[in-house]
Amino acid sequence: MTNELSRRNFLLQAGTGLSTAWVAANWPALLAASTHAHRAAQSAAPPKLEFFTPEQAAEIDAITARIIPTDDTPGAHEAGVVYFIDHGLTTFGVDDQKTYREGLPEMQARVGELFPGVAKFSALTPEQQDEVLHSFDEHAPPSRRSIRARPGAQNFFETVQQHTIVGFLIDPDFGGNHDGAGWKVIGREREHMFQAPFGYYDKNYPGWEAAMKEADKK
Amino acid sequence: MMVDQPKYKTSDEVDFVIIGSGAAGGILAKELSTNGFRVVVLEQGPYLTEADFTHNEIEILAQDKLTNHPKLQPTSVRKTPDEKAKPQRALVYGRCVGGTSVHFTANFWRFHEIDFIERSKIGSIAGTGLTDWPITYADLEPYYTKVEWEIGVSGLAGASPFDPPRSKPYPMPPLPVKSSGVIFERAAKKLGWNPFPAPMAILSQPRPGRSACVNCGFCLSFGCEVGAKSSSLATAIRAAEKTGRCEIRPNSYVHRIETDANGRATGATYFDDKRNIHLQKAKAVVVCANGAETPRLLLLSANKQFPNGLANSSGLVGKYLMFNSGGTVTALYEHPLNDYKGYCVSRVLHDFYELDAQKVGFYGGGGLDARFDFTPITFGFNGLPPGTPSWGKDFKSALAHNFSRTMEIFCHGTSLPVENNSFSLDPDLKDAWGLPALRLTYKDHPDDLKLTNWLFERAHELHEAAGAQKKWSFPAREQQFGVHLLGTCRLGNDPKTSVINPDHRTHDIKNLFLCDGSSLVTSGRGQPTMTIMALAFRAADRITALAKRGELGA
Repeated sequence: MTNELSRRNFLLQAGTGLSTAWVAANWPALLAASTHAHRAAQSAAPPKLEFFTPEQAAEIDAITARIIPTDDTPGAHEAGVVYFIDHGLTTFGVDDQKTYREGLPEMQARVGELFPGVAKFSALTPEQQDEVLHSFDEHAPPSRRSIRARPGAQNFFETVQQHTIVGFLIDPDFGGNHDGAGWKVIGREREHMFQAPFGYYDKNYPGWEAAMKEADKK
Repeated sequence: MMVDQPKYKTSDEVDFVIIGSGAAGGILAKELSTNGFRVVVLEQGPYLTEADFTHNEIEILAQDKLTNHPKLQPTSVRKTPDEKAKPQRALVYGRCVGGTSVHFTANFWRFHEIDFIERSKIGSIAGTGLTDWPITYADLEPYYTKVEWEIGVSGLAGASPFDPPRSKPYPMPPLPVKSSGVIFERAAKKLGWNPFPAPMAILSQPRPGRSACVNCGFCLSFGCEVGAKSSSLATAIRAAEKTGRCEIRPNSYVHRIETDANGRATGATYFDDKRNIHLQKAKAVVVCANGAETPRLLLLSANKQFPNGLANSSGLVGKYLMFNSGGTVTALYEHPLNDYKGYCVSRVLHDFYELDAQKVGFYGGGGLDARFDFTPITFGFNGLPPGTPSWGKDFKSALAHNFSRTMEIFCHGTSLPVENNSFSLDPDLKDAWGLPALRLTYKDHPDDLKLTNWLFERAHELHEAAGAQKKWSFPAREQQFGVHLLGTCRLGNDPKTSVINPDHRTHDIKNLFLCDGSSLVTSGRGQPTMTIMALAFRAADRITALAKRGELGA
């Protein structure tokens, strides 16, 4: 069951606690929404590659695995980020195809320059891989990046960085973040419905009732 | 829901055509159709409902599913009128039925008394068009109350000593406090300030057909999937449809208001989704297309009789644009706040709403709020402190540690009305329909930047008092991009210095009305939607009275 679907179902099951009237009024829309989301989730993150060759995919996977590495918690590799990027380049990221097509050979050329005789990024040790990536990493602090206004002319590595973040942290229902790996790492629960208390500081906090009493005193 | 709607022919001269279905357009549609008039609402965006909304950050943030699209609707930007504008994204607004009220944060402050009379109180400010409103807070108060009760606003009356008078309490209690709100409230009290539960246009209790907030954490930029956010879509549009006299016509991009030989508006010309052109006839036209598209439409409608655009005898259409000043001070705390859960803002303070210019050395005022408005992806892009590596082991460990422990204080403030700051038509750039694109000219008044930096200092003090482990902000910079689109067709009594009169009627054309962010005379302290909705309720009363007296007829 997808998370989206379980969330919708939870809304229905929790109806009495929340708003029975609301659920009743929206029954058909909810069904439609869960069916739609279920279909979308099933069609997302396809098992076969759509844009990359298997060789290219291995290279991109290796790059993403240095951007968000695997340690005692999952990294970009476990989150299937390469599949997210691969699918993305045939859908929302069509404009970035050229960046990947031209950027990967440049990256591989850099591998050969720094480590003569080696042709593939994925053939390097993690330390060597980091050395290659550092050679692309501008030392200027990145300006505040925005998912909205991504500038067109940026280098291959910056593009892969951004796509890796998106593929690692997107809602798992939308084709990345396999098994919620990214959300486990950052401590975001998979649910989309929560109840107070939410965190450490609002536990046992009296809240507005206390504020109201104080307001009454004044 | 659309089955209930009448289908008017474009050749039917309906009573009102309303252009735009957002915060103002939705309410005018509801009020005018309830008052017995036949109404067509032309909305350029699609008709989406709760079932269409998702938390898909790519669709919403990268593909602009709910908002104006930078490829179809390019814009250009410059700082001053002597520069040539460069193509650049200038603004974001809601482009769907319900407009920007669908994706907004729902932070919902009333303006205070001072916002309407500031010019009289402090005098003129050189280089600005700061002026009083032709109406006062007292004129608008009944309509603020009406907004709160009709759409559903959560809050606690009397909790802020700076609140303006109100005739009725909020219809429902505040939403549950978040950890960011607790941190904010404790520290602010320690500093002797007066934090209070944030008034939010989000339901803390269910209403018929709408759920109370389920704390999903995707308010800003997203449509509410459970109808808890009190958008025009979830409230006024549905009420308008129930009258049986209002047709909401989505995918209808109006690019011209027609006028006749007598200088009266006769209807609106628009592209449908197949780019066929239609003319919807109407006895009167109400433009609620937002503070950028409303002036653009008036300018696009220039004709022989009105060569500078409609309603533009003052030359002020598009001018005195105000974005609101502001920015965030972000901080990291020891324990998890989990502020990704829940709506954005749970505590606010207004101690700095009205600063003494003599003391601080600049004009202005503002409010602070405690919030977390990152999504997981935008946090990955922008949520970490400066100096954090942008990839690798340390990047990952910072993401893992900080996401649940970060909060922001947003500093919201005034913008002064400066005549050069404007939306106009770009002479070269065209949109996908071949129409002149919006050109932004904007350079913040120096006082606006001083104010932001001053408020940042207060926010740093607050984080300090709260025991933040780390806090950071970036110095206020001149804005080149806006989401609060205010002041571009201002209200006023004098046709030489304003575009619309206190009835929201254009000074120049008797049956042409404007109501949205463009109507505002001053910027307030940062949350314009409540005031836009209150103005819309008031405008509906005024327009209804004029129509009933036969003052809109030929």
